[in-house]
Amino acid sequence: MSHVMFRKKILCAGALACAMFIVVGLRSANAAEPTAIDFTREIRPILSDKCFACHGPDEAKRKAKLRLDTPEGAFAKGASGEVAIVAGKPDESELIERILSDDADQKMPPAKTGKPLTKAEIDKLKAWVASGASYRKHWAFEAPARPDVPKVTTSGWDKNAIDAFVFERMEKAGLKPSPEADRVTLLRRLNLDLIGLPPTPQEVDAFVNDKSPNAYEKQVDRLLASPHYGERWGRLWLDAARYADSDGYEKDKSRQVWFYRDWVINALNKDLPYDQFIIDQIAGDQRPNATQEQIVATGFLRNSMINEEGGVDPEQFRMEAMFDRMDAIGKGVLGLTIQCAQCHSHKYDPLTHEEYYKMFAFLNNSYEGNIAVYTPEEQRKRSDIFREIKAIETDLQHKTPDWLAKMAEWESKVANNQPKWTVVRPEVDEISTGGCKYIIQDDGSLIESGYAPTKHTVKLTFKTDVKTVRAIRLELLNDADLPRGGPGRSILGTGALSEFIVQGPSSKPEDKGKQVNLKIVSATSDVNHAERPLEAIYADKSDKKRITGPISFAIDGKDDTAWSHDIDPGRRNLPRKAVFRLERAVEASRRPFVINIRQNHGGWNSDDNQNYNLGRFRISVTDAENAEADPLPTNVREILAIPRDKRTPLQVAAVFSHWRSTVPAWKAENERIEALWKSHPEGTTQLVLEDRTQPRTTHMLDRGDFLKPKQAVSAGVPAFLNALKTSGADRLTFARWLVARDAPTTARAFVNRVWQADFGTGIVSTSEDLGSQCDAPSHPELLDWLAVEFMDRGWSQKALHRLIVTSATYRQSSRVTPELHAKDPYNRLLARGPRFRVDAEIVRDIALAASGLLNPEVGGPSVYPPAPDFLFQPPVSYGPKIWNEAKGDERARRAIYTFRYRSVPYPALLAFDAPNGDFACVRRARSNTPLQALTTLNEPLFLDCARTLAMTTLRDGGQSDTDRVAFAFRRCLARSPSEDESRTLVTLLEKEVDRFSRTGATPWSLAASDPKKPPKLPKGSTPAELAAWTAVSRVLLNLDETITKE
Amino acid sequence: MNCQDHLYRGGDPKTIARRWFFQQCGVGLGSLAGLHLLGPDAVAAKEQSDNPLAPKTPPLKAKAKRVIYLFMAGAPSHLELFDNKPQLAKFDGTLPPPDLLKGYRAAFINPNSKLLGPKFKFAKHGKSGAELSELLPHLAKVVDDIAIVKSMTTDAFNHAPAQIMMNTGSTQFGRPSFGSWTTYGLGSESQDLPAFVVFSSGSKGPSGGNSNWGSGFLPTVHQGVQFRSGGDPVLYLSNPRGVDTNLQRDSLDALRDLNKARLDAVGDPEISTRISSFEMAYRMQTSAPDVMDISKEPKHILEMYGAEPGKPSFANNCLLARRLIERGVRFVELFHEAWDQHGNLMNDLKKNCKNTDQASAALVMDLKQRGLLDDTLVIWGGEFGRTPMVQGGSDGRDHHPNAFTMWMAGGGIKPGITLGESDELGFQAVKDKVHVHDLHATLLQLLGFDHTKLTYRFQGRDFRLTDVSGNIVKGLLA
Repeated sequence: MSHVMFRKKILCAGALACAMFIVVGLRSANAAEPTAIDFTREIRPILSDKCFACHGPDEAKRKAKLRLDTPEGAFAKGASGEVAIVAGKPDESELIERILSDDADQKMPPAKTGKPLTKAEIDKLKAWVASGASYRKHWAFEAPARPDVPKVTTSGWDKNAIDAFVFERMEKAGLKPSPEADRVTLLRRLNLDLIGLPPTPQEVDAFVNDKSPNAYEKQVDRLLASPHYGERWGRLWLDAARYADSDGYEKDKSRQVWFYRDWVINALNKDLPYDQFIIDQIAGDQRPNATQEQIVATGFLRNSMINEEGGVDPEQFRMEAMFDRMDAIGKGVLGLTIQCAQCHSHKYDPLTHEEYYKMFAFLNNSYEGNIAVYTPEEQRKRSDIFREIKAIETDLQHKTPDWLAKMAEWESKVANNQPKWTVVRPEVDEISTGGCKYIIQDDGSLIESGYAPTKHTVKLTFKTDVKTVRAIRLELLNDADLPRGGPGRSILGTGALSEFIVQGPSSKPEDKGKQVNLKIVSATSDVNHAERPLEAIYADKSDKKRITGPISFAIDGKDDTAWSHDIDPGRRNLPRKAVFRLERAVEASRRPFVINIRQNHGGWNSDDNQNYNLGRFRISVTDAENAEADPLPTNVREILAIPRDKRTPLQVAAVFSHWRSTVPAWKAENERIEALWKSHPEGTTQLVLEDRTQPRTTHMLDRGDFLKPKQAVSAGVPAFLNALKTSGADRLTFARWLVARDAPTTARAFVNRVWQADFGTGIVSTSEDLGSQCDAPSHPELLDWLAVEFMDRGWSQKALHRLIVTSATYRQSSRVTPELHAKDPYNRLLARGPRFRVDAEIVRDIALAASGLLNPEVGGPSVYPPAPDFLFQPPVSYGPKIWNEAKGDERARRAIYTFRYRSVPYPALLAFDAPNGDFACVRRARSNTPLQALTTLNEPLFLDCARTLAMTTLRDGGQSDTDRVAFAFRRCLARSPSEDESRTLVTLLEKEVDRFSRTGATPWSLAASDPKKPPKLPKGSTPAELAAWTAVSRVLLNLDETITKE
Repeated sequence: MNCQDHLYRGGDPKTIARRWFFQQCGVGLGSLAGLHLLGPDAVAAKEQSDNPLAPKTPPLKAKAKRVIYLFMAGAPSHLELFDNKPQLAKFDGTLPPPDLLKGYRAAFINPNSKLLGPKFKFAKHGKSGAELSELLPHLAKVVDDIAIVKSMTTDAFNHAPAQIMMNTGSTQFGRPSFGSWTTYGLGSESQDLPAFVVFSSGSKGPSGGNSNWGSGFLPTVHQGVQFRSGGDPVLYLSNPRGVDTNLQRDSLDALRDLNKARLDAVGDPEISTRISSFEMAYRMQTSAPDVMDISKEPKHILEMYGAEPGKPSFANNCLLARRLIERGVRFVELFHEAWDQHGNLMNDLKKNCKNTDQASAALVMDLKQRGLLDDTLVIWGGEFGRTPMVQGGSDGRDHHPNAFTMWMAGGGIKPGITLGESDELGFQAVKDKVHVHDLHATLLQLLGFDHTKLTYRFQGRDFRLTDVSGNIVKGLLA
């Protein structure tokens, strides 16, 4: 048996707050001397921490060409001709000589590393070399195998295999399990762990009075079936997924990603197997016949921050987002820290710089998609619309047996009625862009990206080989990187063109080709909606009458009028075009033309989502006379190019849909269809990944700098992990590899985090890093057993929870005796149950639930509970942020639904250590601070909870003060108060009733949210009583035990 | 910005906390009640022993004990304020030499834009003869107390990454801020105020927000706490409507009694920490408003700063910074976001200097007259500089990371010097270059730390403020 060195964290508080960690050597009670050296647990950590930085996997930083992380390296002749390690012969091993040396030039590790070896470490290394210097792969890099369950005699204590592992370890340390917690404590613990809400007194009574042998299991099943289960465990996954409702960086604009959040909650509630859960999030869109849900799941990767401050290079921040995705997959899925390798080979784990970019290559071929998504109700509505349109069209076809012939006749007229257009590649005047970047595409189109100014006029200059220019065409094109696929850049994927101004060479001989304004005599477009006021989101605080409407608005010389293509939610994201006919034919012949595209219909605040810009567009010219915008939709025009007998039924239907709209006799039907389109639901948007049609080449980047690409790499996986069994360079291949049965860290990392959530510390305490530098597992075999069991049970998270919470280990009382505390201060050996303060969201949820204020609705857009307005205004916030404080019971939604701005975290959650989503987090801090005390004492919503609890107590809590105290007490703590506790509270109550009853006292100022509108009092109660009960309730909601899982 | 506080390996035994106290001293669980009977001093003493923010002695001899960082967010123009470039004036309106622009990226402008001569006059001041712009008449009075560094460089030229870089030593989010490293290393000398306090003034908030003063992977206790100079200085500090001091005290007494009873019943020492937290919160309810009440300052001091009670301003914040450090706060950071002059360079600079120059100089003077400057480090600067090339017509400059100016004073900084030079156009730092990492290394040195040894183990690696770089700028040390 070996001595085990535990490095533990403890949590405590100090002057302002605190969370400190100390190092404690814990020796087992009856420790025997070790008989064999365990390389994995005793030697590798020393080598890793003290030697690998210079003698490890990173070739670039390796000194003296010596590597000690592999036996081949350690046993080979070094640069000096000496051999670092001669197995069995410490005296001949250079390594031993160097670590023992007194010569400062010889001594290893060098003093400047600040990492001297301790005497004990030196002795261990000597003993290890003497015993043959056997190497083993780091334990976490070998796929877990099911260990034998230890045979232990627990006198009936153990309930499942977990207990055998835990008992064996406990026994070695001379500890005994604690008795099972009482039923009340147990149910509250179970409730908080499985659904993050406290049990109601009725639920407690039901359990306490349930005499059936499986009473506990019934509670477990009840809670696992609760829709709140997904909220509780979803929130933890959202930490790893760095979920937030805003972009981060400077502007930190709000974004719509709550469909992803709800996907997580729903996936957990329906117990989507963890492997499928991961695959959907990495590559749901690449699944065959991907559903909206599977596409939404890829929002996991899109939770990266986006920097759209002025002057950014979008590619730089796309790369930052890619690194963030890699980090999230590393920490969240693999349980490994891989981001070191974005700059150089990992110093401790055998992950090379190249392998990092090989994994990166799997992820590098996606659009930063932003799609319209629909709730089930909206989806039904959409289906209805499409079905009805189809029915009308089918009916028209029935009524018109020769419709095919008529359509062909129409087609023959329009098939070749378009002039020849020549695309030009304009140069963008950088000063004119207002800080955004126009990126030119291979097809000559420009995409606006980076910063999104709400008002600017981009100046484009082009030359063309076309001799005579008579008209200019502006095409608005879709792009998967744009909101809803564009073609505009507003949050709806729409754009508005305020003015289209063309300059070109003068025709007057005396001007000698000077640039002059070219008059546009007509503008046509395939989309013209009636004049309407500009939507409220684009308000610019001016008192101008700003409107949008037909294409003529783009050439009317008025900045307040604009052409927009936003006809309705179902058809606003189609490609469109406009044609501007010049007054005269201009002799071009490579003389420059200048186009000013005025886009002045955005809102007042360019730090928010208020732009109304064109997202992607292309300019072409023609020498044809009388050119007009093609009324045919782009897709129909493309279909017409296909021989009629080669068209699919869908293509025929698409042509019909356009053609029938041109048939005057079908006016009534066309109007009915138009009306149907107008009823199309708005939907929501969600950030997702979409496959790029043109794959990118992935290069290794010198020190992670996107401006310094090194050699190109192909998609692949690190050699030290499981092999890739299928070929393919897509995300789906990568996703399947991540959750392959032989992936050594995936299942371990996950079960370890569940353990961490239940017991406070993971079996490996460094849950974000199971690599060489990780903390030694407290129960290595248990970790492996759980990992294998988890996979064997079909990666079912609910099965894993059931397994853990039904163990005897979990059910122990958390009471700490001085003896137990002395022997195992951090409860790593689990001779008692867990006791710690709940997570930030649950602190809030407990207060809401206990008071009766909780609105238990699951899912939907994020909400804005009360918060001080100044937080969202400069100079605290960079720019003004929206915080439309929720009304009514929307204020009392669970904290998972609180809107999360990364740069301005919600204060009541921040105070309790909720991460803000800047990066993946798989282990939260747990501090205990005065700011927390101020929050639960004084924050408005917590106070509302106290008021509500007071009212409920007065109304329903019985007649006597002691009955009412017991009533309120149980709502907060589940258990009944002791006599002393009851007396303390009744004393407080009486004192405050007295105080609030005095002349001049203002009980409503405490007891009512709005003292001017005091609530109706229960019969026989006084305002003073309600105020005093509010004070008592406030005390109850602030108790340590209330926000603690015992 | 709080995630994953970590195993603290190789910890300073002095910081060993409460649980250790229970173990080592053989204090029976539940004896805290007895402790309270011994009076407030005993409680305070115990809290002290529990407190990881208790003052710590740094490993090296420290010159500075505390820091006031005046963060000029938006990036002030070195060319109009500190770095006089007659050659830039001479070549005004001409294009920059092409080889200067090799590999250079600008945020907004085409780098090949015309040079823009400095817009304000410079003169020499003090015994040191340091050159300052006419926009900084007040700073001119303390020029012999400060060290001006004209050769700053940084890695980023967009605001959020560059501000994060200046505050955390990395352009990526998630690293601990300089302030949090400082309190991690030194603790706090205040019993009832946060160790690290943050203010914001100006026209906008800092780019990147909260992460500029986040604790990254350090324990969350080290993150900066935002104070406001108007209203409640700390969020939720005031008692709610209808709760007076008596009711608050009664409530806290009941809370303490009930929490103590639970401590006796279940033995978790965490409960005693909770009790302390509530008591400290109660004390903060008195001490924070008190420290924030600048109306108690004499008139001449208010005038010296240009501070006006009740009207939040940078000047008020400077005065508050002094009041806070006098009460033991370790690190005060004032963000003043105003300096992003892509256009309107002349008028905005005048306005910004009017808003900041007097108070910044007054802070140095005031600390000096109180004997606090010796061990208080004052830092003034933004996240990068501005281009010698024009943006727009003739009244704006773009972001520029290759050369900019900062100044520091007190806390072991050599006074009355100008260090480093940029080239003749103010484009490139050329002499005694000081990268952000070098600046951090130097500041940590003044605070008593070898920057390579003030580390925190996270994800298997010992992280530091200076990443893997940083050289001490010896020329800055007194």
